[in-house]
Amino acid sequence: MTHGLNQHPLEAARFVGNHERARWHDGALWFVRTKRDRAAASVPEWEQLREIASQIKGHLIARLPEYLEQFEERAVGLGAHVHWAADAAEHNQIVLKLLQQHNVKRVVKSKSMLTEECHLNPFLEQHAIEVVDTDLGERIVQMRGESPSHIVLPAIHIKKEEVGALFHEQLGTQVGATDPAYLTESARKHLRQKFLKADAGITGVNFAIAETGGLVVCTNEGNADLGVSLPKLHIACMGIEKLVPRAADLGVFLRLLARSATGQPITTYSSHFHGPRPAGELHIVIVDNGRSWLRTSEEFRRSLNCIRCGACMNTCPVYRRSGGHSYHYTVPGPIGSILAPATDARQHASLPFACSLCGSCSDVCPVKIDLHQQLLTWRHEIASRHLLPLSKRLAMRVGRFVLSRPRLYQWAGAAARLALRLLPRSILYHRWNVWGRQRDLPEAPRRSFRQLYRRRRHEQ
Amino acid sequence: MSSRSKILQALRARDVEAVELPNLDLAWVRYENPHQQFVSAVEAVGGSVVSVSRQGSLPETLAGLDVFAKASKICSLVDGVERANVDLDDVPDPHDLEDVDLAIVSAEFGVAENGALWVTDDAVRHRVLPFIAQHVVVVVGSDQILHNMHEAYQRLHFNQSGFGVFISGPSKTADIEQSLVIGAHGPRSLTALLTDSSS
Repeated sequence: MTHGLNQHPLEAARFVGNHERARWHDGALWFVRTKRDRAAASVPEWEQLREIASQIKGHLIARLPEYLEQFEERAVGLGAHVHWAADAAEHNQIVLKLLQQHNVKRVVKSKSMLTEECHLNPFLEQHAIEVVDTDLGERIVQMRGESPSHIVLPAIHIKKEEVGALFHEQLGTQVGATDPAYLTESARKHLRQKFLKADAGITGVNFAIAETGGLVVCTNEGNADLGVSLPKLHIACMGIEKLVPRAADLGVFLRLLARSATGQPITTYSSHFHGPRPAGELHIVIVDNGRSWLRTSEEFRRSLNCIRCGACMNTCPVYRRSGGHSYHYTVPGPIGSILAPATDARQHASLPFACSLCGSCSDVCPVKIDLHQQLLTWRHEIASRHLLPLSKRLAMRVGRFVLSRPRLYQWAGAAARLALRLLPRSILYHRWNVWGRQRDLPEAPRRSFRQLYRRRRHEQ
Repeated sequence: MSSRSKILQALRARDVEAVELPNLDLAWVRYENPHQQFVSAVEAVGGSVVSVSRQGSLPETLAGLDVFAKASKICSLVDGVERANVDLDDVPDPHDLEDVDLAIVSAEFGVAENGALWVTDDAVRHRVLPFIAQHVVVVVGSDQILHNMHEAYQRLHFNQSGFGVFISGPSKTADIEQSLVIGAHGPRSLTALLTDSSS
């Protein structure tokens, strides 16, 4: 893994280096985007829903401390236990302690980007606890020793031939088998055993309801429900921004979430947990981990509206052509490029630049986050924190020097026009000319705009 | 200081401009024929819909279903299913439901816009039943089809502990190259069985 400022461009170059695969990846995500478009168009009040969802989240974020307290009070009233974690390390400690108290050796976990963000799996494994991701895509990447490359479609970067080889090696499927139905069936059998032997189930939280103290978890596979309905212990991990004020707000969010994510009218299972089941225990871990900082910022506050549907990734021309792993952050794509620098601006300084500012992400976002505007704001922020790479800093400095000196600018323009006409390609397209790698430089006009303008006035 | 007070204090240290909570009592989508919309929504998500005819009975209609005919272990939360041979009250451990072929449960209502059925664990000993069975039949009154999710939440009140789930079609995944496969972890099929409440 490369560290430092130029991470994303390097990783992206590697990804597009494999032409055929990059095209396939691009197409797979565009397919999901078109399904989303059809689903959105089938709802007459789609735009109204987006607007209302954005208002609900705006209201919630403004009154977040009151709603968190209300949620805690109601959840405890229903018999759940509520824990608070300031950061990832504390979250992991709380989960570990709960598991150890219950003498848990085997855990099944449904998809939770928060636990990915906190790197819970390796932490628990260090303490001799087996954690099995039960979402099929997550299980595939876990078996490969990777992280998800997409928050909704964790294995979108993997071909069925690769899944077949992996399953042959680890699950004993037939050599060369690539049929998704056959492979899914073998994973079903493998994971059934994991469900039956698990001592505890961990889930994420899609929505937590302040009014009722309940939790909503959405899956298509039914893995969250199987995972928490067999063992006695259910641990649910949520970020502080996952709340909605009222149960009725879910009418809005459940209509938006799956349609935006995969083009389904709703996920197969939208499970509402109010308190533990009889003789069971429900523990809710509420995590900050940098979110309260985002809330202090006028510019980035709206990023807390995010409901993790992944629509901004599917539509992003950069994400589709660079793959989720090129971002080196749990949440990739446009929203990840806003959230990641908030955790470590130096480490993730290249991400806000992994964007053409086309604005497609903002158009599809179901909670109306102004993603491309925030990415632009991050660029200013990164420049003002002196985190720009030397090449960009120098280029800007030269630009400022030339542009603030009209005579020098005129001379430089004339020199460039001449050079572009006369110099051979081998000199023009050198290794520092990044722009010219995939593109031809424009044909140089003989005269500058200034010269043409002067001549025209002369002729009139 | 505890993390709880630390987090709440950090949030309170910053006043954020208030945004009004929007009114949700609006003219949301309604269908000319919600029943028909419900049927096509369930089919679109991979389920099927069967209606109990005016003359027929629930057991008769069940008997005509392939999943019913082929099932050897059947657990029914709906009365009057003679072939049901798993009684949840005789099963102390939910793990023992692993080999149930067919679960027959009832839903309070269905939602036309997305084919979802609201199923709860009210008076159900093991909430895992509709997830662990190989196939599931969900019985719902044909006059209990709501237009949209907003109507659904108007009906729902979560004032006590418990579990409820919107189920829309059978368990599914598309995690291998976006190919849809029905039967990921849960039921391999879902049949919504509409009963005629007037008969």
